[in-house]
Amino acid sequence: MSADSPGTISRDEVAHLARLARLAVTDRELDLFAGQLDVILGAVARVGEVAADDIPPTSHAVPLENVFRPDERRPGLSQEQALACAPAAEDGRFRVPQILGEEA
Amino acid sequence: MDLTRLSAAQLAEKIHSREVSAVEAAQAHLDRIAEVDGTVHAFLHVATEAALASAALVDAGLDAGAPPASPLAGVPLALKDVFTTADMPTTCGSKILEGWRPPYDATVTSRLRAAGITILGKTNMDEFAMGSSTEHSAYGPTRNPWDTGRIPGGSGGGSAAVLAAFEAPLAIGTDTGGSIRQPAAMTGTVGVKPTYGGVSRYGLVACASSLDQGGPCTRTVLDAALLHEVIAGHDPLDSTSIDAPVPAVVEAARAGAAGDLGGVRVGVVRELGGEGYQPGVERAYRAAVERLEKLGAEVVEVSCPHFQYGLAAYYLILPSEVSSNLARFDAMRYGLRVDAGASAEEVMALTREAGFGPEVKRRIILGTYALSSGYYDAYYGQAQKVRTLISRDFAAAFEQADVLVSPTAPTTAFRIGDKVDDPLAMYLNDLATIPTNLAGTAAMSVPCGLAEEDGLPVGLQIMAPALGEAQMYRVGAAYEAARDADDDLPLIQRVPTLEVSR
Repeated sequence: MSADSPGTISRDEVAHLARLARLAVTDRELDLFAGQLDVILGAVARVGEVAADDIPPTSHAVPLENVFRPDERRPGLSQEQALACAPAAEDGRFRVPQILGEEA
Repeated sequence: MDLTRLSAAQLAEKIHSREVSAVEAAQAHLDRIAEVDGTVHAFLHVATEAALASAALVDAGLDAGAPPASPLAGVPLALKDVFTTADMPTTCGSKILEGWRPPYDATVTSRLRAAGITILGKTNMDEFAMGSSTEHSAYGPTRNPWDTGRIPGGSGGGSAAVLAAFEAPLAIGTDTGGSIRQPAAMTGTVGVKPTYGGVSRYGLVACASSLDQGGPCTRTVLDAALLHEVIAGHDPLDSTSIDAPVPAVVEAARAGAAGDLGGVRVGVVRELGGEGYQPGVERAYRAAVERLEKLGAEVVEVSCPHFQYGLAAYYLILPSEVSSNLARFDAMRYGLRVDAGASAEEVMALTREAGFGPEVKRRIILGTYALSSGYYDAYYGQAQKVRTLISRDFAAAFEQADVLVSPTAPTTAFRIGDKVDDPLAMYLNDLATIPTNLAGTAAMSVPCGLAEEDGLPVGLQIMAPALGEAQMYRVGAAYEAARDADDDLPLIQRVPTLEVSR
């Protein structure tokens, strides 16, 4: 990206995106990332140079088809296995922090 | 006899003929790890007891007269720490999964166990496979055995470094944009990215699901083929797994080693070279192409005009998939939890902030941006169209050639610290490897000499159509045999001696 072109992404936008992505980034990280992401976006914006209006998008290298299996019961993880690495568990369940904030 | 210097095929032969035991083979490599891994730091976890127990089982079977479970039974292997292992931690190089013990084995892990292969431990990697140097591991960088001041490539730097340091003759990597091939090039080893869907992704912790592919890392082409046949094949637990026979790559590698490439058309990709490529890399690469011609291959030039947009498309598609995939690290069910917030949402944000490193955060933010309404069409949508055009470039090129070739990476291994603060410079390492991932085709890197200016290894990339691995292995094996016949000793045996700690 040339020096005189306007930035693609602002510090405020990066802060907003970090909130959406549930990343409690620090002010220092915001300063760093905003500059770096601006450079990266300037480079990846090159995809726009390709005339591709009539080109179908590819989401996957292999054509995806729905895959079926016989409708039979199969063993899965036990409750104990599923909870073995939980940060907190209680009464055979995941224990989580309060879901709703005060004002909710 | 130093068991650690043998190829996997040679070691397997000695084990199966009972000249040495699988336990002796495992112990020799565990000893080597104890000697050099303090310097190399290729392992995040060494499973000494499990490895010896697994090897003892192989010995017991062979001693009882049972046939080996596979051609590689009893041979030690290092597994990238992105595959789940029920008996070892799986961290993906991240603090957010520090100490995590998965409740199940990946399909690749299960197949290795069923094949009687001894899993020595888990290898270091860039966090969640995002990086080209292994410097983005939360547990510190891996060092390149050729020059411990330099990077071993990434993200699978650990899996490549174990081979060059003779800590294991076999390793498993994953290749999303070059993470098997580029480290192979940096360390003078062999690395194969199979066709997308060729090796199951079940239990492979996802980076970018439409690009991720596990594959073999070895010191010889034949070893890669042997390992390829162990891990590849249809898996009902992965909906993108290809339900077709595994290409006969071992047979192809053995045929290739005979050295005749008559009738094989090799396409030189015009766009993968020139600006940005180190002169010594280009010279070694051109010499390799000449050698292929001498072996009887017909060399043609092909053009893939959209490859120049591959890097840009990749760094939109990958972060988009990453931002979605890594949403699962929510501090609720497993992994780290920073219990400082008042609500689940705050705990989540604080945990992800503490648990993820800078490169992962950058890519999550970038992906969140690329998928935002208003930007989606211009970025992610357009990148997906470029992906179509790159696949079409490949299809056209494979009309003219059976395999395509290029340098694997634009440069040799750079110094630790050189690019870690410049993400874009780091991304350029993947210039030549990315098109294959976007198209879902197969490719491998085979060492093709040392660069004149720095004496560091260079990789020859050989690319093949989807499920066209046999031809690729044939060409790789023929090249390798001719290279070794001309040199005094195999390239990998020229690695400088590592300082041994006792």
